Amino acid sequence: MNVLMFGWEFPPISSGGLGTACYGLTKGLSKSDVKITFVLPYAGDMKSDFLKLVSANVKVEKIKSPLMPYMTQTEYEKIRGSQPHSIYGSTLFEEVERYTKAAAGIAKKEKFDIIHCHDWMTYGAGIEAKKMSKKPMVVHVHATEFDRTGNHSANPYIYNAEKRGMWFADSVIAVSNFTKDKVVYHYGVNPDKVHVVHNSIDFNEASDNKAPEIRQHKKIVLFLGRITLQKGPDYFLSAAKKALAIDPNILFIIAGSGDMERYVIEKAAELSISDKVLFAGFLKGDDVEKAYKMADLYIMPSVSEPFGLTALEAIKCNTPVIISKQSGVSEVVQHCLKVDFWDVDELANKILAVLRYRQLKNSLQEDASSEIKKFSWDDPAKKCIEIYNNLVGG
Amino acid sequence: MVSLCFYFQVHQPFRMRRYSVFDIGSSHNYFDNKKNEEILKKVSSKCYLPANRIILDLISKTGGKFKVSYSITGVALEQFRLYCPEVIDSFKSLSKTGCVEFLDETYYHSLAFLYSKKEFKKQVLMHRKKIMDLFRFKPKVFRNTELIYNNELASLIHEMGYNGILAEGANHILGWRSPNFVYRPKSARIGLLLRNYMLSDDISFRFGDPNWKGYPLAAPKFASWVNKVNGNGNIINLFMDYETFGEHQWADKGIFDFLRHLPKEVLRHKDNDFVTPSQALKKYNPVAELDIPNTISWADMERDLSAWCGNKIQKEAIKHLYLLENKVLASKDRQLIEDWRKLQTSDNFYYMCTKWFNDGDVHKYFNPYDSPYDAFISLMNILNDFTIRLAIRPKKQKV
Repeated sequence: MNVLMFGWEFPPISSGGLGTACYGLTKGLSKSDVKITFVLPYAGDMKSDFLKLVSANVKVEKIKSPLMPYMTQTEYEKIRGSQPHSIYGSTLFEEVERYTKAAAGIAKKEKFDIIHCHDWMTYGAGIEAKKMSKKPMVVHVHATEFDRTGNHSANPYIYNAEKRGMWFADSVIAVSNFTKDKVVYHYGVNPDKVHVVHNSIDFNEASDNKAPEIRQHKKIVLFLGRITLQKGPDYFLSAAKKALAIDPNILFIIAGSGDMERYVIEKAAELSISDKVLFAGFLKGDDVEKAYKMADLYIMPSVSEPFGLTALEAIKCNTPVIISKQSGVSEVVQHCLKVDFWDVDELANKILAVLRYRQLKNSLQEDASSEIKKFSWDDPAKKCIEIYNNLVGG
Repeated sequence: MVSLCFYFQVHQPFRMRRYSVFDIGSSHNYFDNKKNEEILKKVSSKCYLPANRIILDLISKTGGKFKVSYSITGVALEQFRLYCPEVIDSFKSLSKTGCVEFLDETYYHSLAFLYSKKEFKKQVLMHRKKIMDLFRFKPKVFRNTELIYNNELASLIHEMGYNGILAEGANHILGWRSPNFVYRPKSARIGLLLRNYMLSDDISFRFGDPNWKGYPLAAPKFASWVNKVNGNGNIINLFMDYETFGEHQWADKGIFDFLRHLPKEVLRHKDNDFVTPSQALKKYNPVAELDIPNTISWADMERDLSAWCGNKIQKEAIKHLYLLENKVLASKDRQLIEDWRKLQTSDNFYYMCTKWFNDGDVHKYFNPYDSPYDAFISLMNILNDFTIRLAIRPKKQKV
């Protein structure tokens, strides 16, 4: 089976769930009898081919483009602005269209049985490839515009691109039931063609690091993710305020960057907890793992989280997690605490409970670790192959 | 000769409300009265009242040949008085027939036997008094919470004046033996009645299961299974939650019809009869002594204590609860003592069981919390509030 996959660069170059999921899935697929031509945008500063490291079954086709997952128009302009005479499109959407054309060129010379694209920026490329080749197409929904905008003011251009991709697709893969519901409800896709394939994680014993110095003085509660409406950083702050009223000896750390960064810094000042809320900025590579290990507790208060791989990464680092019920990961992990994202009283209650009740923390650490030991990217890969076979065979 | 011995467990806990860290020190109301009232009324109308009516009718129709026994917890009785007093009246009517036996247990349906013998005895005596007051009946047979049992309990119960005790007919204690005889506990000269879990669970668990090979189960079929025991056993102990009738098994699946027809079908065979536990002990002598040093129960596949104190959070919560014993009792504060005891109800620890993440969903069905961790957090927050109440209580206050 030959798969033409339109995906995204892997960590550590790209950070975030989409790149991690592409990497895990490709690795899982390449263990089976699947050959993948992996098409991805790259900005030119990529030193090594991560995909080459994955397997000989994977061939990489790069398209020079500064596109990054979940990029906004403003972010795109910032990056493009430094290269005034570039070949790149003048707006994000123009650039996506340019990318689509370039991808179609690659599709023309490749041989494949099936097309698999990851999130809206690649759907156009997939559709072109399908039109040319008449091969079946799978779109993999890692997030929808409704998640990214916290369920309001969806960008109509992006919404249309998503909808068109889902409608053109022969099968749609959703990363959770939570996401499948959105695909069916907001995009009117026939539920029979939407398959849920939960993300996963390859468990390996995390190296046994000593707890950092700071832990001896303060209890640390971590937020790690894009500082955007979708991720609920404001709920994190409100809960911090409430928890600090009872236990002032907690340090809340916000790691990440995003369009709400300034707002969140100002909000912390307004709540007069700036001395208890630290901003770690955007973390890369090993620093991410260090942050999880440093924390007594990881919080993912997302307003709408299609999956939420960071929760699994925190668990892998032996850190207890509190996740919002509005997340896909809450469908697959039991040994964690779950709250409605808006219920900041309950979030604060649970933060304090984990920090106060030692056995609760121990149980969450041990039981969640043993729970995710069973996880592996081989499972979602197997489910994808089943979906491929159904489409190619039929 | 085969005797059928029915014992029904009637229990409703005072469910805790979600007690947040922000309630500590400001609210001492730990229980979800609204939900408790709602559930009690629902179960009363779906189960207790109709089942009691049918059983009363069956006793009269069979001229007293149909007999049953009940163990009703003190906390259930309290809630009947608060929310649905007609249930108590209907049990009183049953009591007057003379065909109904009441058993004793801990008033609070607690695990006190495992953690404080002193507290255990007090709760048993409270229950004995409650049954005496309401039904003018002095129980002579004992059943412990969730049929938790071992040799030590049997001796203790003997000392307290009972002449019989109930336990699970678990495979691992019976081995080749049959549960269909009366036994004697090691080191206690009382009778031991063992639950026939196959036939009991046929009614309480499998009755409505269309995938079960015995489905659909009607009274004649069940009576034929009872008749098969004739000749190789003399008593079948059918022990189950009373909520089987109408709550766990639904009326529209025919559970009440089954009950209505069962006595007639069983009595069709002239060698069969119905007995209460005390009558069973009079009628049959123990066939052997059973040595049960390790604790058993009627719960889950394991038939052990893992549903209540199997994981770390359960052990932690129980430990902290019983650590308060001396201080709470020394306070002589009635409200404090009562709250502390209500928290001991075993259900509170059952909700913290994490086993069901892996096997089966029985626990989940009975769990008012989204997650076992939520139950733990509420109880630990309550215990924090307790500590504050104990500390600020006026010192000179006497009984």
